[in-house]
Amino acid sequence: MLNIDDLKVSLEEEEKQIIKGLSLSIKPGEVHAVMGPNGSGKSTLSSVLAGKDGYIIDSGTVNFDGSDLLDAEVEERAALGIFMAFQYPIEIPGVGNMNFLRTALNSQRKTRGQEELNAADFLKLVRGIAKDLEISDEMMKRPVNVGASGGEKKRNEILQMCLLEPRFVILDETDSGLDVDAMKLVSKGVNNFSSSSRSFLVITHYQRLLNYIVPDFVHIMVDGRIVKTGDKTLALHVEETGYKDFLQLGKGKH
Amino acid sequence: MTDNYEVRDVIDKETLSTVKSVGDAYKYGFSTDIETEYAPLGLNEDIVKLISKKNNEPKWMLDWRLKAFNRWKKLKQPDWALLKIPEIDFQDQYYYARPANMKEKPKSLDEVDPKLLETYSKLGIPLTEQKKLAGVIEENPEDKSENRKVAVDAVFDSVSVGTTFKEELKSVGVIFCSISEAIKEYPDLVKKYLGSVVPISDNFFACLNAAVFSDGSFVYIPKGVRCPMELSTYFRINAENTGQFERTLIIADDNSYVSYLEGCTAPQRDESQLHAAVVELVILDQAEIKYSTVQNWFPGDENGVGGIYNFVTKRADCRGKNSKVMWTQVETGSAITWKYPSCVLKGDNSSGEFYSIAITNNMQQADTGTKMIHLGKNTNSRIVSKGISAGKAQNTYRGLVQIGGRSQNSRNFTQCDSLLIGNKCGAHTVPYIEVNNSTARAEHEATTSKVDEDQLFYCMQRGIGEEDAVALIVNGFCKEVLQALPMEFAMEAQKLVAISLEGSVG
Repeated sequence: MLNIDDLKVSLEEEEKQIIKGLSLSIKPGEVHAVMGPNGSGKSTLSSVLAGKDGYIIDSGTVNFDGSDLLDAEVEERAALGIFMAFQYPIEIPGVGNMNFLRTALNSQRKTRGQEELNAADFLKLVRGIAKDLEISDEMMKRPVNVGASGGEKKRNEILQMCLLEPRFVILDETDSGLDVDAMKLVSKGVNNFSSSSRSFLVITHYQRLLNYIVPDFVHIMVDGRIVKTGDKTLALHVEETGYKDFLQLGKGKH
Repeated sequence: MTDNYEVRDVIDKETLSTVKSVGDAYKYGFSTDIETEYAPLGLNEDIVKLISKKNNEPKWMLDWRLKAFNRWKKLKQPDWALLKIPEIDFQDQYYYARPANMKEKPKSLDEVDPKLLETYSKLGIPLTEQKKLAGVIEENPEDKSENRKVAVDAVFDSVSVGTTFKEELKSVGVIFCSISEAIKEYPDLVKKYLGSVVPISDNFFACLNAAVFSDGSFVYIPKGVRCPMELSTYFRINAENTGQFERTLIIADDNSYVSYLEGCTAPQRDESQLHAAVVELVILDQAEIKYSTVQNWFPGDENGVGGIYNFVTKRADCRGKNSKVMWTQVETGSAITWKYPSCVLKGDNSSGEFYSIAITNNMQQADTGTKMIHLGKNTNSRIVSKGISAGKAQNTYRGLVQIGGRSQNSRNFTQCDSLLIGNKCGAHTVPYIEVNNSTARAEHEATTSKVDEDQLFYCMQRGIGEEDAVALIVNGFCKEVLQALPMEFAMEAQKLVAISLEGSVG
């Protein structure tokens, strides 16, 4: 599904390489976790995959279902089925959640050449998802993420994911700022959504989220590279000993 | 889903396809090839007399015009606004133009030149009575709203070309006609109220208008009548090199109510054109007027060539006790906008509201706001202004809140928000607050923000294209004002916001 080959990425504003030769292959139905210390390039990786401005691709390729992902606009990538749950979901004052969701869904459908969903079908769909995620009608009427708690914002991200039905989901530090109950609710939403045709890239600093969203592969990222790949036990190892064992691996490759 | 919703839907589709086919940010830039009769170029006493004669006016009206003209000759164009106004040669303008076959006013719409009607239908204005404009809000099309009728008066260059629903309005006593007709048919009302809110010598542009106004709309709502439909005037400048000077007078007698809509467009031309209108609202005891404007005159091209110079004086006089006025404006067009719809709150417990969206893109300049003059006791005013600036545009909010010595317990609330798109535009807020009564309270809140890269990225990551994302964010920013508009205008205005900002990002 997704193939990243020897990707090197710098910041646009300062000539600093953040990702220094990263390769990763993700097949349909797989859950991959990328863990690493602060500044290792995890968030840059998710931003680059989603298409955020401010980065220069120095070399390497990213292929998504046979097409060059780096060539596509942000909204085209979304329509291809790439979704990123934001670490800090953005507030949009004055724009109601319903209006936002309907605009997003119909924009994607339009890009894919599908008919727009009518209001009645849309409402039915959204209400069903909101109920599962314990999101109140009152919250659905509010402007996007305005005045929402950290937990509400993350649930809202999961709601957007369930509605837009992407095939490839990036969870960017989704566990940050969540208490245990909220994390369980969010994880339940993700697990219900997972299927044999969908893949996840879970970016996280801590292991605890991986108790709920169990990865098939765990990659340790240090200084812009993946320095070790293992199964879920690798995450437990990190939890016990921290990243210090891996820092050396990063340097060793210089 | 009602039939009317489908009608609305068809209009929307047509509007969208027009936008696409024009392939330009300004969708009303076409001109209608129609034979036009002009008065000679320039301005002098003879021109004023000619305009009066063309309208078959009584002598008192001509005298009024001449008084204004003589006064105007002594006035200087104001220069206090934050606007760079190229020198205007007032002698190099035509002050009167009308479609040639309108020498005899048409008695019904059937007699109107089909080319004119075609123009209006292109503009999405349903002039013929069959095409009743029905608004059903987009979000809940399953909700069946009652059919909403809108009576339309259309002013093409200098003359009114047709007013719809006249008979139906007349049956409840509402007078809705062109002002030229009102001068002849209802001289007592016109004499009593014309110039009573905006006096002849009020300001340079209002004075010019008093001398040369050629047409406009007149509305009288009798005592105790709630106008059964929205009234609307549609202004269109078509002729080249011609100024448009329309005058609107609306009187809401005791315990009456009316909602009035005004829309404006002009063709795309290289030369700038002058527009100096005057609107007077008279509101008596317990009466209420809602006045909404969507101003979309041609804004000039991206290099600032052409466009309308829009100098407008609008004022509401809340003479009666408990009278109410609400101005709502969406200003997206014009190269230059100079406009301050004001409320004079004379009656005790009267209230004035001003909701404004002013969008400037490319080289547009706007200096706009309001004046709230509190004279009566317990008067209330509320100002919500949303200025959006993109390209190299300059956008100024200028507002006066004045609370007089005898205005006990009066209140004002002002909220003034500016949004910048890009880093070559400017937003300015110039509030004047004069409080002469210790029991008064005036509050002012102001913010300036930028369309945030993160907001755009968030929308786009969810699949929304960049220009749609900007439109969504800006419409969110303007929401409080859009909500103040009548439904059918709100939808039009939302689309206009998107169109006005095309090309402002990326």
